[in-house]
Formats: sequence, C-alpha cells, structure tokens
Amino acid sequence: MSPNSTAVRREVRNVVFVDGVRTPFGKAGDKGIYAGTRADDLIVKCIRDLLRRNPSLPPERIDDVAIAATTQTGDQGLTIGRTAALLAGLPRTVPGFAIDRMCAGAMTAVTTTASGIAFGAYDVVIAGGVEHMGNHPMGAGTDPNPRFMSEKLVDPAALNMGNTAENLHDRFPAITKDRTDAYAAASQEKLAAAYESGQIQPDLVPVASRKPGAGWRLNTVDEPPRPGTTVEDLAGLRTPFRSHGRVTAGNAAGLNDGATAALLASSDTAAELGLPVKMRLVAYAFAGVEPEVMGIGPVPATEKALRQAGLSIDDIGLFEINEAFAVQVLSFLDHFGIADDDARVNRYGGAIAVGHPLASSGVRLMTQLARQFEEDPSVRHGMTTMCIGLGMGATVIWENPHHPDYSGNVPEDAV
Amino acid sequence: MSFDRFEELAALVPDETMTHSYVQDVQLPDGAGTLALITLDNGLDHTKPTTLGPNTLIELGRTLEALKERGLNGEVAAVAITGKPYFLVAGADLSTVKTLKAESHGRLMAELGHAAYDLLGDMGVPSFAFINGVALGGGLEVALAANYRTISTGANGIGLPEAFIGLVPGWGGVYKLPRLIGPAAALKVMIENPLSNNRMLDGRAAFKLGIADALFEPADFLEQSLLWASRVLADSSAVASRRAEIACFDEADWDSAVAAGRAFVAAKTSNAAPAPGKVLDLFEAGKHYTREESAAAECEALTGLMQSPEFHSTVYAFLDLVQKRAKRPAGAPDKKLARSVTKVGVVGAGLMAGQLALLFARQLKVPVVMTDVDQARVDQGVAWVHAEVDKLLGKKRMSQDAANRTKALVSGSVSKSVFADADFVIEAVFEEMGVKKTVFAEVEAVVSAECILATNTSSLSVAEMAADLAHPERVVGFHFFNPVAAMPLLEIVKAPRTDDAVLATAFAVAKELKKNAVLVKDATAFVVNRILGRMFGEITAVFDEGTDAATADDALRPMGLPMTPFKLLALVGLPVGQHVQESLHAAFGDRFHVSTNQQKLIDAGVKGLWNRNDEGADVVPESTLALLSVGDSPSSSAEVLRRTQDALADEIGRMLAEGVVAAPEDIDLCVIMGAGWPMHLGGITPYLDRVGASERVTGKTFHSCGGAGAA
Repeated sequence: MSPNSTAVRREVRNVVFVDGVRTPFGKAGDKGIYAGTRADDLIVKCIRDLLRRNPSLPPERIDDVAIAATTQTGDQGLTIGRTAALLAGLPRTVPGFAIDRMCAGAMTAVTTTASGIAFGAYDVVIAGGVEHMGNHPMGAGTDPNPRFMSEKLVDPAALNMGNTAENLHDRFPAITKDRTDAYAAASQEKLAAAYESGQIQPDLVPVASRKPGAGWRLNTVDEPPRPGTTVEDLAGLRTPFRSHGRVTAGNAAGLNDGATAALLASSDTAAELGLPVKMRLVAYAFAGVEPEVMGIGPVPATEKALRQAGLSIDDIGLFEINEAFAVQVLSFLDHFGIADDDARVNRYGGAIAVGHPLASSGVRLMTQLARQFEEDPSVRHGMTTMCIGLGMGATVIWENPHHPDYSGNVPEDAV
Repeated sequence: MSFDRFEELAALVPDETMTHSYVQDVQLPDGAGTLALITLDNGLDHTKPTTLGPNTLIELGRTLEALKERGLNGEVAAVAITGKPYFLVAGADLSTVKTLKAESHGRLMAELGHAAYDLLGDMGVPSFAFINGVALGGGLEVALAANYRTISTGANGIGLPEAFIGLVPGWGGVYKLPRLIGPAAALKVMIENPLSNNRMLDGRAAFKLGIADALFEPADFLEQSLLWASRVLADSSAVASRRAEIACFDEADWDSAVAAGRAFVAAKTSNAAPAPGKVLDLFEAGKHYTREESAAAECEALTGLMQSPEFHSTVYAFLDLVQKRAKRPAGAPDKKLARSVTKVGVVGAGLMAGQLALLFARQLKVPVVMTDVDQARVDQGVAWVHAEVDKLLGKKRMSQDAANRTKALVSGSVSKSVFADADFVIEAVFEEMGVKKTVFAEVEAVVSAECILATNTSSLSVAEMAADLAHPERVVGFHFFNPVAAMPLLEIVKAPRTDDAVLATAFAVAKELKKNAVLVKDATAFVVNRILGRMFGEITAVFDEGTDAATADDALRPMGLPMTPFKLLALVGLPVGQHVQESLHAAFGDRFHVSTNQQKLIDAGVKGLWNRNDEGADVVPESTLALLSVGDSPSSSAEVLRRTQDALADEIGRMLAEGVVAAPEDIDLCVIMGAGWPMHLGGITPYLDRVGASERVTGKTFHSCGGAGAA
C-alpha cells in the first residue's frame, strides 16, 4: 500500500454543499406542465445546469452520481443515476447509481455520497432525486407482502400516507384542523413572498416542455402554488381520507413532478477547484417509527442528529422541514416547543405550497437552507428534515459558512 | 388579409397534412421581455416529418402577421420558431407541389413562401430560428429568413437539396445563404452537396459554415437557445463580428465560386437536368440583386421548374421509388416466413467472394466461412477480408472491437464440410453452369435440408442451376453489383421452384445487409445487366458501323448518365462485359449486338477504348485503332441517341411483358440503385415516355397520362 494512499492517510474529511438546483415543480397528471415530459430528462437538465453554474469543476472530477426515485421503473428505472449521467453528457468515466428511500431519496443520496466523501472514496459527487408522479402514480406496481397483514406487522392503512396523517391527528388531539389550515395558508403566503423577493428563482432550472396541439413552452416557475389561499378557502375542502377528517388537499403536499440535484465536495477539493461553499455538513441521522404515524419520523431522527452533533434544538437557527402534511410539521414543532409561526421555520414556505415530488424534495430543502444561510449570516446551524413513508424520519444538520464562527475553513496551506 | 389571395391555392389541397404553427409566450430571463415561440408541429410522431404545404404556409404567415402586430404593440420583444422533436421542418411538401398542374398555381406557391418568410425576417422585433433537427430546403430557408439562428449538435439533415430535387432554393435561400456564409460555401451547400448523392450537413458542420450563430447540445437545446436569445437581445455584437469574419468575400470570390460551380455541374451531370444550372444562373445574376429583385427571379425560376419534367421525374424517383417502393419490395412474401440465418457459407475465395464474406460478416454479424479448391486460395481470400477490415479500422469507420469481432467471424477451409451448420450458402465461383451445378451438388451433400443455396450469378439460369438438386426449392438468385459494399441494389431472383420461406429469408437477409432488394424473374441477366447490355449493344454497334468513338460515346450525354458507355465498359472490364453480352445474345438473339471489335481489343489485352494522353484528354490510341475494323455508315449523335432510346423502350417493354419485374417502377428502381442512373430521368421509363420512345416502339407509354413522367 502506497504511504500516500487514502486508506493509509485516512481521516474523516469535511463535506460541503457546493450548489443545488431544481426544476420548477409541476402538478402531476394530464394537465400538468410535465405531462408528456420524461422524468430522466428533468434530472438531466438539473445536472447540466449544476455544471454550467460551476464552470471551474472539470466534469471528469465527478466521482459518482447518486439519483433517487421512489418508483424505479420506466423513465425512472435503468439505474437512473447512471443513465442520467450519460444523458447529461458527463464523461463515461463518471459512474452513477440509483437510490430509494421514498420521500427522503434525494436526502439519502446526499448523506450516502457525503459519507463516501468523508471516507475518502469521493472528492466530488452529484446527488439528487426525481419523481414524476404523473408517470408513476404513488404505489403503482407495488406488491406488499401479505405477511404485513397476516402478522399485523403494519396496518394496511399505513400504506396510504393520507391515513397516516389522520392517525397523527388522533395521536395529538391538540393539533386541530384549524391549526393545520392556518399553517397551510401561511406556507402559501411565505412562498409567494419568497417569489416576490426573488429568493426562489435563482435556483430553478428552466425546462422546456411540449404538449400535443400547443407546442413548446418554457417552465420557469412552480405550477402548484396557490398564492392568496386563505384559511376560509381551506376550511371548506373535502377530507378524502376520512369522512369528517382533518387532512385535505389544502393542508397537505400535492402530487407533483420535479427533479433536484446538488453538488457536494470535500472541503479541500472545493478549495482546490475554487468551488463555492454554501453549507458544511455537520451530522445526519435516520430513524424509524411506527409506519401508521410515519409523520412523526423527523422527531427521533432530529434527536439523534442533535446528539451526534453535540447540539440542542435551540442551536438550530433555521429549519427546512418538508411539509408532506401540516399535521406532521406541527407534531414536530409541538414536540420541540416551537411555535406554529416561528420565523426560523420554512421561511420560503414549504411543500404544501411548492409541491413534493417525492424522492426529489430533500435537495430542495438544502438548496433553500443554503440561500437562507447566505441571507442570514447570524445563523450558525440549520436543519433539513423530513418524514418518510413506512415510518421513518431523516434529519441533516448543516453549518453556515457565512457565520463568523464557521468551523470549516480550510487552512491556507492545505490548498 | 395579405394571405387571402393564396386561399385559391390552399383549396387545391384539402387533405394536406397540416404542420401547425403553435404559439407560446416565453418570459425571457433578466427582464428581457416576452418571446413568442412558434412550434411547427404536425401532431404526428418522428416517423412523419413536418412539411410545408399551402395551408401550412398560410397558417404560418397569418401567425407571423399576428405576432408582428403584437411586436408593434410592444407585447413581444422577440419571435422565435422551432420544431417538433427531430425536425425544424423537413421542407416543402413535394407530393403536394407536384400536383400543382397550372403554372399560375406554381407561381402562387413560390410567392406564398416568400410572403410568409419575408414576414419572419421583418417582424419589427428580432426573430430567431432554433434549428433543433432536420431543416431541408424550405425548412432551412425558414431558418435563414429569421434574423438569428441556433442549431443543435444533434440535428441531422441540414441542407438545400433543391438542385437535386429539380428546383432552386427559391424561398430566399439562394439570396441569403451566400451573403451569410460566403459564395463558395453557399454553393457547396446548394450545388456540391445536392449533386453528391444528396449529401447533407449535421448541426456542427452547419454551425461551422456560419449557417447558425450558436451551437447547443440536444439535452437542453431549447432552454439554452432561449437564454442565448435573451442575451442577443441585450447585445448582438458578438454575433455580428462572427458573421463579418465568416462572410468575408469580394466580387472576384463570387465569380470564381460561380465558375467552380458550373464546372462541377458539368462534370457531375453533363448539364442534363435544368435545375443545377438554374441555381447558378440565379446565383450569378443575384450578385447585385436586392432581396426583392432576387425574390422575383426566384419565383420565376421556381414556377418554370415546377412545370419541368425533370422535377416531376425526380419526385417520382425520390419519393415514390427510393423512399417508398424500395422499402416495401413488390412481390416479397410475408416476412414472417423468413428463417433466421446464424451462419453463412461462401463458396469461393476470390475477389467477389471476399466482398460477400466481408459484407455478411459486417452486417449479419454471424460466422462466415469461405471455401476454395486449395489452402493458398483460401488463405488469400481470408487475408483479403482481414486486410479490408484493417483498412476500415484505419479510416476509423470501424472500432477496434468491431474489427476484432468481424475478423474472428471470417474463416476459411478447403473442405465444404464446414458448411454443415450453415443456414445460407452463397456461391461466387466461375460464371459457368457446369461449375455452378457441381458446387451446389457438393454443398447440398453436407448442409441441412433447409439451408438456402444462393447464387450470385449475373446471367445464368437459376432454375437450371437448381434442377438436379434434391431440394431445388432452396435455391435463390442473389445478384449483387460491384463494388458490393457501395452499390445499394440487390436483384433477388425467384426461380419457378423457389419456395416462399426461402424467398422471404432472402429479402430479410437483404434488409439486414442494408441492400434494396428488387424481386426479379429468372430471365437472362435479370434487369440491370440486360438494360445496360442493350445499351452497350447499340453503342458498340454504331461504332462498329463506322460512327466515330467520340460521337458514339457522347451521344447519350443528354441523359446525364454517370459515365459514358465506353468508360463504363472499361470499368466493368471488357471481358466481363463481352461475356454478359454473349449470354444475352445467346438468350435473346441479334437485338443484343456482340462486337467483334471489342473481342479484338480483349484478345490484344487492351483494357478499354479510351486512353488518357499526356494532356489529360481521352483519345483512342493509334495502336488500338489499328486493331479495329469499322464500317462506313456512321450515325449522327441525334440518331444514336434516338436509336438507343428506342432500343431501351423495346427491351423494357419486352421485360414487362415477360414479367421480369412487377412494374416499370421496379425497372426504374433497378437502374437508379444498380447503375446510378439519374433521378431526373425518373430511372428510365418516365424519360422514355417523355421523349416518345415508348410510344414509338410499343405504341403506348409505360406510365398512364399524368403519371410518373408527365409534366
């Protein structure tokens, strides 16, 4: 073994978030902007834009491409990380793979490849996710093992995410429909404000799409948002999962199409190549909970990640929490004693407004957190967290390089 | 409003496949405003190219009128046009254009294109074309009409093929292209490429020439084109300076480009078809034209050419034959009957056998085994194939892996036992019935009962070759043309006992070999050699009668054949030509003249009548003249031409009566693909109709009035 080999010199390296982009999100279904557009084309446009935005990165320096998708068939199949790399025009020497952890797919793509960077296996990676829920309706083609039912391993109702959200209301009676609707309306309002002040657009990749009888159009903004939504509008909506229930299309994320991708690097490689550092990875954790109340998953995942980081919840200055359901966000906030309208939480609104193309959402949270870090150097630590189907949670804690006490600066002589 | 006068024209084509002009407003980045994006889309998949007919052009024109209005109102800052996937637009709808019988309608069609395209060039706001795919003829001209162009590296099929089709780039192409990319490059696109097997450009080449201002990759071509457009709206100086660099020429360059173009056309076509010359006339006269002056001249030229028989013949040859009939051979059995071919045998290891072995190994990618009478010949044959593979490798036309694979597939043996597990064995041995029959009997002794026996004979009876076999139904004729790799035609000969599975397999193999197969009857020399033989017979006959060599050999120049008869004979080889001629004479008698003078040349070892002298001129050397004895009744050039036309009409009439092929269309396909006869003759039968030969000789035309040859 050469004395200079990574394995001999092994030390855990700092991992930084260099950049992140996403497509505008679309509404799934025939009327959505991406009806007729392929999922792999969506992720390819993200990868290409990342490279264009970071011209100092030689493409051959990318060590792996990890792309998540929940349904890995058709245009999301064929090992989408590899096909996307080839379709994006990356050198053939760049490998790729596919990842699935349902809603936390892209988040897992980030943590998995980040681990590889820390270990010394990679210097630079692309991690992202895609979900075209129009092409791949939730649950399509699945074949749950009958033992789930016969041995009562999982309540069949837990396979439907809306039901798990209703279950969460049962468990936490303090979270009322009024609260979730109010939270949802605020999410729409915050997103609209973020758009208004130009905080969303810089990280969107324009996507051309074409429909029969209409020609090509260019999609530059998200399709799902309903700015101006009021609690009164929301109060009247149907509760499709339970009669007289609490979960509606208005206080939950919709069914969406979209893709995201991020560029990660070891901090020394970022310095070597002159790549920007937008966040430093501090800690991450995944945790399992009862599948019937999967929305509570972020709580144990966050506790675990905080423990690893040696931080408390009070050290977290910004939260990007995925809004699969308002009730799930509120259960998290209640647990940690954070107010429903705390200014640290989802400053740009969340998935209830912008949409949640399952496996892609994790990187959207990170991209938005990175921009908020830049806007607010007083915040040192931030968190991206999300719930995951079949009862899981994922949390990643990040450090703000713009903060005066930032710990990740690479010493001059190390470059 | 301004397009109302074209409604009359549109009404003539009520069933036009419409290519619609869909408009979407795109918000450009950085507050650059709204770009109105037109998509040309016929709503069909990529197998159905978008085309431009009258209704389509009227819709495009009216769409542009409306957008111009919006531009004037300040609603849009720019206009762009692009296409459905793989096509910007493939060009004028030729099948529609050829139905425009009246001159006035042709003129309207020409003017309609200008009316629509002129709008795009003069929108009041900048206009862009995003060339995402095929842009041919009127399809490229719509892009040239726009103020700025981007092109995709994935685009293929870029060009102005009008000179090939029998028209001129008369929707502004002939005016705009030289001003954009310089006269020499423009004539390469408008003359050289069309007349070189209708060669086309790809996106990179078009960008390099200056046809487009920017080049983007297909993965996000439209997105990047739009971004680029917004930057050009802010600052177009980079485009302007690139253009100035590319279009740097003076009047002398223009004149020398014209001269070079004229020389090229003369060499390539003998000026037999009017279109290429017309392109050059317009080009030359257009040196000082304004756009309006050029437009008037273009419309005039287009109107005339649309009425020309050469244009109609070319559309027939190109669209009806090469693009349609060649892909669905008449008389081929159900392809489901075809058997798979997993190993091929080639009897013989000579030059023809080697060419066959190489072709089968490259295209079928199955083991190919060659046999011959001794090891030295076998080794030589295999070595020849391996050397050819190395040449392809050297020219980068084959990868190292493919070369390794192809070489490994080709082997040889002195024993025919290696054919035991072959599914298809083709013989390429000496052209003599006894030899062929012996070979087939030997092969039949070792192969399975289903193995197909194919013969590459050019003149012998396939039925007789099969007659004594245990399974005569397995024998089929598989007649290639030399050089095998280059010539696209394959005559598949059905003997009376050839069964349908064998025939279906033969057609399937032909398709895999990427050859265009035509089904022919088992009649001496089949189609191409019989027609060429009749032509050679007439030319050698008039020479033997006392017509001088130049008059005899040049008499057919008005037909624009790729080579004069005597030069073609020298290329084929006089002994081979004579052998075929003797077979034809034996089969059909005196209407196939066998030249005693030619035999004298062969006996003396002379390779051909013409010899190039030190000045580069073709002359018949004194030594050759001394060998010949000619008569004293020379014919004039016109007499030779008419006599040959009549002879061809006579022979083709007989072939159709005998059922050698299903229809005159197949005769035309054969001479286009097997002899390289020009499209503007429509192969040959429309030409013979047009010059009256078929009527003179057979009393009727090959095509019904208004058919292929009719103007």
